[in-house]
Amino acid sequence: MDVIGQPVLQLHQISVRYGDRRILEDIDVDVFPGEFIGLIGPNGAGKTTLLRVILGMLAPSTGQVTLAGKPTRHGSQQIGYVPQKIHLEPDTPLRGRDLVGLGIDGHRWGMPLPNRSRRQKIDEALCAVNATRFADAPVGRLSGGEQQRLLIAQALLSDPKVMLLDEPLSNLDIRSAYEVVHLVSEVAKSRGIAVMMVAHDMNPLLPVMDKVVYIANGKAVTGRVEDVIRSEVLSTLYGYEVEVLRVRNRIIVVGGEGGEYGLLEPSDRSRCAGEEVAAP
Amino acid sequence: MTTLFAPGLFTQPFMLNAFLSGTLVAAVSGLVGFFVVIRGSAFVAHALPRIGFAGAAGAVLVNINPMFGLVAFALAGAVTMGGLGKKGQHDVVIALTLVAGLGTGALFLKLSNTYAAGAYALLFGQLVGVSRAQLYTTIAIAAVCFVVVALLYRPLLFASVTRESAHARGVRVGAVDLLFLVVIGVATAITVPVVGALLSFSLMIGPPATAAHLTHRPGRAMALAAIISVITVWIALVLGYDTAWPIGFFVAALSAAFYGGAHLVSAVRRGGEAVSSL
Amino acid sequence: MSGTWHFILAPGFFANHEVVNALWVSTAIAIVSGLVGVFVIVRGQSFAGHALTDLGATGASGAVMLGANVWYGFLSFGLLAGAGMEGLGSRIRNRDVATGLVLSFAMGLGALFLYIDTQQANATVSMLVLFGSVFVFNPALTPLVIAVGMAALVLLAILYRPLLLSSVSPTLAEARGVPVRWVSMLFMFVMAAAVEDGALVLGALLSTALLIGPAATAVRLTARPGRALVWSAAVAVIATWAGIVCSYDSYYWPPYGRGWPVSFFIAVFVLLFYLAARFVPERSRAVERPSLQQEVKVP
Repeated sequence: MDVIGQPVLQLHQISVRYGDRRILEDIDVDVFPGEFIGLIGPNGAGKTTLLRVILGMLAPSTGQVTLAGKPTRHGSQQIGYVPQKIHLEPDTPLRGRDLVGLGIDGHRWGMPLPNRSRRQKIDEALCAVNATRFADAPVGRLSGGEQQRLLIAQALLSDPKVMLLDEPLSNLDIRSAYEVVHLVSEVAKSRGIAVMMVAHDMNPLLPVMDKVVYIANGKAVTGRVEDVIRSEVLSTLYGYEVEVLRVRNRIIVVGGEGGEYGLLEPSDRSRCAGEEVAAP
Repeated sequence: MTTLFAPGLFTQPFMLNAFLSGTLVAAVSGLVGFFVVIRGSAFVAHALPRIGFAGAAGAVLVNINPMFGLVAFALAGAVTMGGLGKKGQHDVVIALTLVAGLGTGALFLKLSNTYAAGAYALLFGQLVGVSRAQLYTTIAIAAVCFVVVALLYRPLLFASVTRESAHARGVRVGAVDLLFLVVIGVATAITVPVVGALLSFSLMIGPPATAAHLTHRPGRAMALAAIISVITVWIALVLGYDTAWPIGFFVAALSAAFYGGAHLVSAVRRGGEAVSSL
Repeated sequence: MSGTWHFILAPGFFANHEVVNALWVSTAIAIVSGLVGVFVIVRGQSFAGHALTDLGATGASGAVMLGANVWYGFLSFGLLAGAGMEGLGSRIRNRDVATGLVLSFAMGLGALFLYIDTQQANATVSMLVLFGSVFVFNPALTPLVIAVGMAALVLLAILYRPLLLSSVSPTLAEARGVPVRWVSMLFMFVMAAAVEDGALVLGALLSTALLIGPAATAVRLTARPGRALVWSAAVAVIATWAGIVCSYDSYYWPPYGRGWPVSFFIAVFVLLFYLAARFVPERSRAVERPSLQQEVKVP
């Protein structure tokens, strides 16, 4: 899709280091209003770290994040955040609408006072994510996909300009994963919200993704899927040979998707042989 | 009727103290316990009263109001758990703080010669556990607990159910955790003289767990927890007066009975739903 | 010279039969608790371990009521409670709260038993159940207590590998054909034997100290299970010895002639060891980092 105007979120030369360990290096991303961006990469590549930087929870070693031209700050209402999963016991006395309502004023002191506009906002957000049906059921008894919808509604309620989703698909079956992706894309497009979704498998995102940010080895390549997800581009990024296969509309990155193995230098692996391995 | 409401039940001055303070601590336990159950902090609620007990034993030793010892030790325990828990494994830190507290309590008991009677009352609760002076302290502390829980309600709920989102939204989750530990600490400190150190946690988790079976709405569950808790304490006080058995025993037995009952009710209800939806 | 020696060890330490007996029994108990504790930490079962002693106390006070030795009450209720918790645990979803409520009911019952005990006999009995004292330990029970501890260790040795595997990764263990449920049930019994043994020395309220403290110290120092076991047992034994020595010496401390409780000293030493271990710099362990305390994800 054609994007017009100024980027809403800009990551400029972001680097994160812990001592000598470089987690992220020189990340540059421009995010435009209404854009759907997939943040893809193997486990441990630094995706969550990048989200924490954007949310202002972690100060980058160098570089800057700006939201609508201004530096971001921790706790900004303009960034909506959707965590991976809810950990709640089935008997927790909390309904879907209570969970969603926390998105309006959960950070404020005191008890929430019932009022009509608050209720209306919650109903609207529930409706936007098709969650009205189970809005009054206890959250702990809902399925992973249903809980994920509630979390999205919760994030929508602060009227964000950007929505960050941290691996929302990792606990879902394939069908629910596609549903959640579609829902996010529709809701975001209709409201002009830019989306950044973290995933280690990019396939569910392919139908809606405008841009991909592929992170590996602490570095990132950004661009359209067909420009970035190519054998030569990813091989340069990983620092060794990986191959991109396209099979029936699915993309498989051979050698890269193996998570932690992708980060090991070949010499590291040869070192394991013959070395004492700790018990058991 | 005279056997259930034995003579003097409502006229003895110490019974008035017991009923007043019992009602207050029960309400506080219900409200605080709601969050204890949501957050799964049963072990903390179990450990802090015992640590408080050690403080009370120390206060008896140096001959000051046991309430001060209770509050001081329960607070110190809460802060220690909060501080050490950041880096360590949570339940390990709780267990170790607990044994450190109890060890100190054992020492205090041995040194003061109240090995039996005084300590016994603090461990299992008794009717005359609250003096007139302590009643005022109890009222003051209970009021503080009400205010703090009301103030913390939203951020605490937010941080308890979706911690990462709350953190991202700017809730200082670490501070909220610590503050809540402190609230559990002071709430248990006023509960111990009435219900006893060993069993005051039944009052903190029993009624809220019962309420959670009866309603899904957080506000109602909280109110219901407070009500069930107050009823539990009232019945326990009456039975304690009649039998002279420890209050803690009745509180524990009633909490378990109510929970079991609610469990059945909700199981039957859900079973009914399942059948009707077929 | 002998002055300093007497300062560390009050006169008559080894000449006293009760003390020597206490030293033997509690050394055995410390080793058992230390070894079992490592697995309690790895499995994250501190609360369960602690609950077992509390439930054991109910049994012990019941035993006093019936005129039997507390030891039988401790052990029978501990084993029963272990079986009950494991059996219920997997079915009850809200595990922490359920454990708490079962525990609180049992303890309520224990409170009642203790109350009746204090009415029947002297009140010190109930305090003995809760806070223990190794010096009044009945020597006739020594062989039995040690036998139960040894049985626990033998069972632990047999369970070692499947237990470690199913603690770190239940799914992998199941895939490999380990009967995970049976392993955890049997471990519950091992744990019950260890904590109820410990309750004799430290009392029901404090036997958690020996179970959790040394093991928590050990896993901070090393990530290798074998070494953790050795460290843990060593810390437990040293804390216990130091505790007994201090307690014996304390008869000469103010208030004179009363003596400070062993459980106090052991709890303090255990805590000091743990705190010291927290100051061991991360770097020395960094190489072994993917440690025991983290759940290993199975692909």
